[in-house]
Amino acid sequence: MNELQTILADSVNGLLAERVTKNLIQSAEDGVWPEALWSELEANGLTRVLVPEAQGGAGGTWADAAIVLKAAGRHVAPLPLAEAVLAHWLLAEAGIAAPDGVLTVMEGDLTLSAGKLSGTARRVPWGRQAAHGVALVGGNLVLASLDGASVAPDINVAREPRDTLTLKDAAAQSAPVALPENALRLYGALVRACQMAGALDYLAAQTVAYANERTQFGKPIGKFQAIQQQLAVLATQAAATGIAADHACASLKKGDAAFEIAVAKIRADDASSIATSIAHQVHGAIGFTYEHGLHFATRRLWSWRAEFGAGAEWAESLGRETIARGADALWPYVTAR
Amino acid sequence: MMQAFRFDLCELPDETRGLRADVRAFLATELAKVPAVTRAQTWSGSDPEFSRKMGAKGWIAMTWPKKYGGHERSAFDRYVVLEELLAAGAPVGAHWIGDRQSGPLLMRFGTEEQRQKILPRVAKGECYFCIGMSEPDSGSDLAATRTRADKVEGGYKVNGTKLWTSGAHTAHYMIGLFRTHLDPQNKHAGLTQFLVDLKTTEGITIRPIRDLAGKAHFNEVVFQDAFVPDDMLVGTEGGGWNQVTAELAFERSGPERYLSSFILMVEMIRELEKRGGAEGAREIGRLVAHLVTLRQMSLSVAGMLDKGENPALEASVVKDLGAIFEQDMPVRAHELLGIEPTVGAGSDYEQVLGYLTQTTPSFSLRGGTREILRGIIARGLGLR
Repeated sequence: MNELQTILADSVNGLLAERVTKNLIQSAEDGVWPEALWSELEANGLTRVLVPEAQGGAGGTWADAAIVLKAAGRHVAPLPLAEAVLAHWLLAEAGIAAPDGVLTVMEGDLTLSAGKLSGTARRVPWGRQAAHGVALVGGNLVLASLDGASVAPDINVAREPRDTLTLKDAAAQSAPVALPENALRLYGALVRACQMAGALDYLAAQTVAYANERTQFGKPIGKFQAIQQQLAVLATQAAATGIAADHACASLKKGDAAFEIAVAKIRADDASSIATSIAHQVHGAIGFTYEHGLHFATRRLWSWRAEFGAGAEWAESLGRETIARGADALWPYVTAR
Repeated sequence: MMQAFRFDLCELPDETRGLRADVRAFLATELAKVPAVTRAQTWSGSDPEFSRKMGAKGWIAMTWPKKYGGHERSAFDRYVVLEELLAAGAPVGAHWIGDRQSGPLLMRFGTEEQRQKILPRVAKGECYFCIGMSEPDSGSDLAATRTRADKVEGGYKVNGTKLWTSGAHTAHYMIGLFRTHLDPQNKHAGLTQFLVDLKTTEGITIRPIRDLAGKAHFNEVVFQDAFVPDDMLVGTEGGGWNQVTAELAFERSGPERYLSSFILMVEMIRELEKRGGAEGAREIGRLVAHLVTLRQMSLSVAGMLDKGENPALEASVVKDLGAIFEQDMPVRAHELLGIEPTVGAGSDYEQVLGYLTQTTPSFSLRGGTREILRGIIARGLGLR
């Protein structure tokens, strides 16, 4: 990290550590929108970290965005910060001015006709709360008003809103954008991989801390080799996910990073399965209670690993491409990226 | 926020591209007729003729000072050469240990005379090393070393047994860790490293030990009143423990800690080119994701070494994850394709699978067991 990135990391982690309390997360899980925190994130420009300065953003790179996204995951911020970062970036890429209010991204069967967007978008993050949604339709980036959308509320395992939105001739702006057809899924996978890296860092730190506090048989359980070995695995999985996410973000400055993004999402998925299991095992029964906050991170990882394409989905496409290039092309390809 | 270890991204400089192309072209010619099962041995395969060609190319001792026969290239140039050699399955075993750790150890702790005498020959690919650490009663518990070096006129008399010493039968020198002093209160004290000339020293018996695959890579080395002169002591008497710890960072940090099964991955893909199917694609995709991530972690460690930092902890992380990846490869291959591994005959895939199925158990033993590495990581996490 460079100096500015260190400052960014300190400030965003400091802010979220202070604001994202257990009460805030619990009330969000009960359906309360954390308006004050959202306003603060917007006021601090964190949702616009990827927007060029000329368009009123922070002019950050994806490496900068990774810092914000990892922090969002680490502190399990219960609002669509990652979705807003992505939506603002897509709008900026398309040259569409971003509106005020909550922004989210939408995937679904959507059609654009005469400047109106219609169709159904499923499992839209915070669809109920968003004033506008960003979607890719054909080669166009679309910004649609969600004013008149009908909302069928739903949640994921982490009790984050994942709503079905039905739009009928919603007012929309659109512009062609030079992004791959699956860009929303691709960059969605990237932001989730970054959040997962942050959540895994939290799991490692929290579980080590717990093992140092919890005493059984007359000593902290972290003094037992069986526990130490498990914690070492947990920490290495978190580290692997962190660098895979960083690598994907760094690769974007060279252009196409679809390969590295798939790598990051697959790696984050695999790490999550291992790490959540160890974190719960080490925490014992207390970690299985709602009262203890461990599950705020583990339930998110269980949801996020499947969102925007599970590891299996990305692995299949990565594998097909690898096999199609041929066995002897694997190493030259990996080293040329 | 816990920050026990750090993996910063490290990008290879563009200037390494030409070197990579040179190495790749050289290997394409050199290895054109070498069967896949032989290439699968990578850094366990030993070929002095190949090592001398590497020396002539300037691809050994790449980062060392010119006055010791080195080439004063960057750590990244060296990294590129290493990973190309491993990915291609070049038989680099003869010079590997001297290049990787014994040479750097002598540069750091050796006397000027030791360096002058030995390092240029290592750089030429003519002088090979083995590491005398493990003993019958001292494996992971390295400080339990019992082989004694007792002070006598002009040197030391060595008695004891080193075990699992890879390459002792072909090496010119051993860097041996011997006990020069016994302090029952502090077993880490009183250990000393020595250069041992395996070709001329009397009182040394080297017996190859057949491994489960029937190969003889490692040995039992018995010392019976073997005389080692004073000028073969490396570093300081009693400083062996700290010197070994520094050496292990080199031993654990390279790309050989995740690429040992790479040839099987290539042959798996070759099989799948014929078969197609979603299941195989998913498996390969997963393996690619782990390969690419491990490479980034390994590069990150190389970057730390280049900056003169001590990545001992990070190297342990890469080695632990790398061994899991390497050991997973024949399991994945078996589950996916269900083809019986073979020995001595059969397709490239079948033979490589036969070799690696038998060999992979050693990958989480050599250079520090999985349990020791995880203990080091746990200490880094503040648990010990």
